[in-house]
Amino acid sequence: MSEERYVTIDNKTILIEEEGNLLELVRKANIELPTFCYHSELSVYGSCRLCMVEIEGLGLVPACSTPPAMGMKVRTNTEEIRKMRKIIVELLLANHNQDCPTCQKGSTCQLQALARRLGVSKVRFKKQNRELPLDDSSPSLVRDPNKCVLCGDCVRICSEVQSVGAIDFAYRGAHTVVIPSFGKELDKVECINCGQCARVCPTGALMPKSEIEEVWKAIYDPNKVVVGQVAPAVRVALGEMFGLEPGVTTTGQIAAALKAIGFDKIFDTSFSADLTVIEESNEFINRIQKNENIPQFTSCCPAWVKFVEQYYPEFVNHLSTCRSPQQMFGALAKEILANDLGIGPEDVVVVSIMPCTAKKFEAKRPEFNHNGMRDVDNVLTTQELGRMIEEAGINFRELEPESFHLPFGFKTGAGVIFGNSGGVSEAALRYITEKITGEKRDSYEFTTVRGDNGMREATLTVGSKDFSLAVVNGLGNARNLLERIKSGDVHYDFVEVMACPGGCVGGAGQPVYSNPSIRHKRTKGIYENDRMLELHKSQDNPYVTELYSSYLGDIGGEKAHHLLHTSYKTRKRISDEDMTFSSGDDQGFEVNVCFGTGCFLKGSQKLLRDILEYIRSNGLHSSVKVGASFCFETCDRGPVVKIGDKIIEHCTLDKAREAIEGMATSTLKEVQRNA
Amino acid sequence: METLRKFEKVCEIVDQNDRSAARLIPILQAVQSEYRYLPEEILTYIATSLGISPASVFGVATFYSLFTMKPKGKYIIRICDGTACHVKGSMNLYEALRNKLTLKEGADSTPDMLFTLETVNCLGACGLAPAMVINDEVFGQLTPERVDSIIDDILDKEEKNEFDTHGA
Repeated sequence: MSEERYVTIDNKTILIEEEGNLLELVRKANIELPTFCYHSELSVYGSCRLCMVEIEGLGLVPACSTPPAMGMKVRTNTEEIRKMRKIIVELLLANHNQDCPTCQKGSTCQLQALARRLGVSKVRFKKQNRELPLDDSSPSLVRDPNKCVLCGDCVRICSEVQSVGAIDFAYRGAHTVVIPSFGKELDKVECINCGQCARVCPTGALMPKSEIEEVWKAIYDPNKVVVGQVAPAVRVALGEMFGLEPGVTTTGQIAAALKAIGFDKIFDTSFSADLTVIEESNEFINRIQKNENIPQFTSCCPAWVKFVEQYYPEFVNHLSTCRSPQQMFGALAKEILANDLGIGPEDVVVVSIMPCTAKKFEAKRPEFNHNGMRDVDNVLTTQELGRMIEEAGINFRELEPESFHLPFGFKTGAGVIFGNSGGVSEAALRYITEKITGEKRDSYEFTTVRGDNGMREATLTVGSKDFSLAVVNGLGNARNLLERIKSGDVHYDFVEVMACPGGCVGGAGQPVYSNPSIRHKRTKGIYENDRMLELHKSQDNPYVTELYSSYLGDIGGEKAHHLLHTSYKTRKRISDEDMTFSSGDDQGFEVNVCFGTGCFLKGSQKLLRDILEYIRSNGLHSSVKVGASFCFETCDRGPVVKIGDKIIEHCTLDKAREAIEGMATSTLKEVQRNA
Repeated sequence: METLRKFEKVCEIVDQNDRSAARLIPILQAVQSEYRYLPEEILTYIATSLGISPASVFGVATFYSLFTMKPKGKYIIRICDGTACHVKGSMNLYEALRNKLTLKEGADSTPDMLFTLETVNCLGACGLAPAMVINDEVFGQLTPERVDSIIDDILDKEEKNEFDTHGA
């Protein structure tokens, strides 16, 4: 047996167990060291220097990047440390935009909290006035570099947890900023809108984009019927903003608050989640029977969907074609609800309350509109709803619970557990097992798919068949899994992916949290909520059954397809990054050869040379613009060449020549016609 | 065809460095010597082929002052403004050069992209102060008159080259 190891922290003896750094150990001693850049879920960065402690014989060291050693004598509160911490905060404040009263980060700002906690009453340094432009291009997030403290939390969560890397440090010294590549706007780069950067940002430098004003406007408009839908994860987290414990279910209070604010109808996204379960499970059973596009990937998470569209075009067909519960609800509301209420869909304003920033992006996707009107008009995050409740002066904790409206306010537990990672899989299993065997089951819990791991797997025998499932959260884990599926190392039938750690309960629209234990309490709250409900399987939801018989018709049928399904496209990670080799005139057309890695390895270089040669020798260089693009994101079918609007996969010189000739003839005809 | 040739060269550089993200700096150096700057679309291409995000390539390219994302002239003139050169009047040389090259307010390069004028903090040639380098050639103990004639020499050479190319 190894000897016990310990350190002394402010004269207390603390046992070293699993702690990898001194900061964790100091926390174990119940001392809260200030820090901006330390997150247990990210790599240690050591940039903010706020967690400096004094170690006998070593002097001042940052606790976060110092491994504990036997017998260390640590002091956390010496005169020198106290003075130094204050100076650090003062220096940060000196080049920080100080519009604190109007900053949306408000009371959750850690810089403000720290300044107060450390008793910083005056900033002795000269204010640096460098006004950098605000980036509000993204539908989900607003980036204000003037509030950035360069802790790098956002950079690390984006690359380490999500494996996206949409933002990074650039420039140097006093000019250092955290920005997307080439200083582009956030919506022009590969950002997937998950908002985890905003969740870990200690200040207001990255914030979910607010739609509060638009919603108030709709509420005050007497001609509009404002319809709310509340996502499952919201009900176990909103209470935190009003001093309730994380995980306490406040479904009834949310309904009451929305009514008090002025929403006309309040429904539950868990209802449309029940619908998703039925559509998605049947899609899965079909695919299994046809052995087509297996594994089936869930498509409820819009950040994950964009991730696949950008990085894994070969898997786009594997995504379930089901719309997410938010969008299913939107389509139903605009089509059925408007009809039932006897008003035009233009007078129905659908407002979602979501734990998520990517849902704002999803609602604006061009696929989701009804004769030019968006299916979901506005998306509020849990935080935004909390702020509206505060603004309206509603005493949330004292609200008498009220119920949601029918029919779309009635849900089963299956629709509620969507809020947890593993929930969609479990809900689908509750349906699939009964559908395949044709027998009713008494139990409904599938605990094998539950848990906190970022990557879990399970095998289940249903009838005579074994199904293998993977449940993933965090897109870095998803990327690993996709690579393993691609290489043939693993096989799954069904894969659930949620971009945020823990699933939607850990979404970036939720009240800000940094300690994972808060998320765990929300997860628990969701499962308790499921247990409290009368029904647990989507197929038992009488209103869903009624909806199919009265309106939708068959599961997966024509009507259902029109309202409840969608399609995906591959998309370029970064816009406007093409090179031109030969420029034609205005009336010409474009030929673009892909030079992404996949296409390059498949010979796009030679192809480009040949195409240029062909164009020159045929005297076409004045009418054809030839360029190279970096990735059409269809790498498996390279080399890819885009001629006019046509994308030619597995392109050869002959194929390109044929298409160019075709284009040239039609362009010529057009020119003659116009002349 | 010149763009294509250069681009093929980039492909070659990336391949020679085993498409390894750890070799990013040597790749950027080689690409910069080919283009005389780092074009945005080439950086995106490099990021994609190394399997890293364009934002991190941009971060490296902007961190080191020797990398530039702005096109630079064929002749890069770096006037030393370290202490020794500064005391010996390097700023007079700088002004003389700006006048000589008729650089407009805010511009560092001549419109024909023949010259780019920059200052550096120390060339380590303090014994030759005031000093400058043009591309890789060091010039010391400069006066505004001498600077003027150095530029004239380059212009003469360029004119001759141009004549040779056209004449051939």
